[in-house]
Amino acid sequence: MSTASVEVVYRGIFQKTMAKNICRGVVLAARKEGKIGIAFGRYSDSPERNGIPAKQFAVVSDSEEELEEHLSRYEPDNNDVTIVADDTLCKGVESWAWYGLQPINKLLGDGGTLVVTSTQSANKLIKTIHRKGSPYDLAIVKAAASFSGLWVYKDDHTDVRLLGALAKVAPHIVSLDSITKAISEQWKDESKVASAMKAYDMVESTPVGADQGSDAEPFSFSMPGWTKMEEGLVIRGIDQKPQEVPGWDGGYVPSRNPTFKKFSTRTMRPVINFDTCTKCTLCWLSCPDTCFDITPDGFYDANMEACCGCGVCEAVCPVAECVTMVNEEAFEDNDSQWEMWTKDTAGYAAWLTEKIADKPTRSHGFHHVGQYAEEIADESR
Amino acid sequence: MSPAKATAVKRVEATGGPSGETEELISGSEAIAHVCRLADVDVITAYPIRPYDTVMQCVSQMISNGDFDCEFIVAESEHSQFEIVKHASAVGARVFCGSSGVGWFYAFEALAVTAGLRLPMVAMVGNRALDDPGAFGVEHNDALAVRDLGWMLAWVSTAQEALDTALIAYRVAEDPRVFLPCAISCDGAFLTHSQAIVNVPSQEMVDGFLPPYDRAEKQLHPDNPITIAPQANEDWLMEMRRQNDMAARRARDVIIEAYEDFGAKFGRGGEPFIERYMMEDAEVALVGMGTLAMPVKVAVRKMREQGKKVGFTRVRWFRPFPTQELQDALGGTKAVAVIDRDYSFGSTFYSGTLTNELRSALYPLESRPKIVSTIAGLGGREVTADNVIEIAGMAFDVAEGGDVSEEDTYWIGVRE
Repeated sequence: MSTASVEVVYRGIFQKTMAKNICRGVVLAARKEGKIGIAFGRYSDSPERNGIPAKQFAVVSDSEEELEEHLSRYEPDNNDVTIVADDTLCKGVESWAWYGLQPINKLLGDGGTLVVTSTQSANKLIKTIHRKGSPYDLAIVKAAASFSGLWVYKDDHTDVRLLGALAKVAPHIVSLDSITKAISEQWKDESKVASAMKAYDMVESTPVGADQGSDAEPFSFSMPGWTKMEEGLVIRGIDQKPQEVPGWDGGYVPSRNPTFKKFSTRTMRPVINFDTCTKCTLCWLSCPDTCFDITPDGFYDANMEACCGCGVCEAVCPVAECVTMVNEEAFEDNDSQWEMWTKDTAGYAAWLTEKIADKPTRSHGFHHVGQYAEEIADESR
Repeated sequence: MSPAKATAVKRVEATGGPSGETEELISGSEAIAHVCRLADVDVITAYPIRPYDTVMQCVSQMISNGDFDCEFIVAESEHSQFEIVKHASAVGARVFCGSSGVGWFYAFEALAVTAGLRLPMVAMVGNRALDDPGAFGVEHNDALAVRDLGWMLAWVSTAQEALDTALIAYRVAEDPRVFLPCAISCDGAFLTHSQAIVNVPSQEMVDGFLPPYDRAEKQLHPDNPITIAPQANEDWLMEMRRQNDMAARRARDVIIEAYEDFGAKFGRGGEPFIERYMMEDAEVALVGMGTLAMPVKVAVRKMREQGKKVGFTRVRWFRPFPTQELQDALGGTKAVAVIDRDYSFGSTFYSGTLTNELRSALYPLESRPKIVSTIAGLGGREVTADNVIEIAGMAFDVAEGGDVSEEDTYWIGVRE
């Protein structure tokens, strides 16, 4: 008597096909062992917006009756394994417009395993993940986030590597033998089977203590009942006056929804060289999320609570390397870059140089034709 | 769910349909798309709306892959979408169409006349709440809106049942004794976006069950000059409606025949019209439609373990309404609790539509069970096994003359 579930958290639309392949792989492999299962996406994620944190699930049971308990539900809440297809999601996830930022390990059951594709070390990753309050394992599949599912599925084997890793960390759900059989049948490609087996051998698992991790408080809220909600689908507007920020006399910070942060959509963030900025306004004008605050001295400071990381500012900036998109994994906070610069100009310049050097293990993938092939070549070096 | 609990495994036999079937991991929508392929549908129209669009995606993939050949027309609105297949059906084409929520309502002018013209369109309704505010979870009000017009309406609870019912729907709709459209309702998300293990029959098996669509002398064709739907006034319309009424009545027997033949050829399909779950000695019965069946069955098993005589009757066909079957299944119970995943504001005792229909079906019985009316799961809210146990508790209460009223409707799982 048992039921097991796997959650796959991924970047909406870019990694959708990959997530589907993983969840289908789990169910088809479990079928080889006589189990029965379902694979499904979280309905509220559909249709997926670019980069939005989205989820798919696989649930497998020993019998149809046991499985029935898990049907007609939106998401299993006590997963054996949570697979994270992009390590920048470890900072927390927020489905579009709902629930606020929530821990990546929230739906992971006690003693379960968080499997992450990452080139970071376990220790560095753990610092970014919310403290769970109960022990679990962190397994790392060495890889940069695969964006292979954008419009066409450019197969880089990340799907089967994650399936191979799953067989290692959770053999009670599916064995390596079943996984390789299912992969072989699905894709009829022995190189994919080899990739799964290699990941099985190479995946590294680290125990994470109940108290380890970031102590940031997840967003919490309460939902009013029907007797308290305003009738007629009326939502009162928020204060439209500019925000007052201490030390920002003369600047302009637009009012923003204090609970809808959106930044978990971000996989890269702009870093700004205020020494070369000409105050041309193009980044501020072009930002689709009005995320630039106008500083008292007339610079444009990208507010990291509001930035979705789209990269438009970098694209429109006429000054070379004034705005540079840097992989989100290089940052641990959302502090103001302008404040850092005004306090210590030389220190900021050093910080900026370091961040830009750390840059781009990847991009959003739509800058030029052939970019994807170049990135894959870079990673294999 | 914890790894530590992995114990001795009760193996499930790979569910063996008859030979010639293949096992696939597909959603309810994809199961219906497979029926479009297997029934060799001639004309399919599409206009995107979640969750119906999942059928459209699968059909267009099959066409692109060369697995299926049909006229696939992307219309500019749901209204045109349904008008196109309505006309195609008149010239003898087997057609498929579908929509969800307010998209279905935008096609209403076409929907209303399809039955009147006796065109056997088969449609899939991916059940969705009626906007605003952009809600897309399941409610049954969309499909139920055509209940008075001559449309046959089926609700399914699994992807396998979606496939089987779609095949049966073509056979029934296109039977010259019926010639009425049929909509198959699939709960948004739980069926349309969830992939399950489904037995997909072979072409040969389907060909042995589903005859070609033949309108015979009613086919609009240059060699058969006829006019369909000329102006009709008070001299004609009532007779036409009466013909419609008789076709809807005849559908009953045709559905029964189709299930018998389907059962013989495919080894499954179950009882037409309703599913009886642990009803043999039930003193209290739960009644509902669609994927509600999952938490209800789990709850019934839990209550049975505690010795409570409770069962579940799932309404599979809402039109024709299974009056006789429900009288038979529920007539011996003390109380019935209906779970409506729909609403009918201002109606009798503020009940949902299923409750109101059931109440009138049971009225002629000598000894009537008491009826508890509930509304749950609106907008796709999960109905949990605990919700169902609460509802069953109300039925036990009313059976014993407690405080629960038969003249009110209880909202379950709503925040106060």
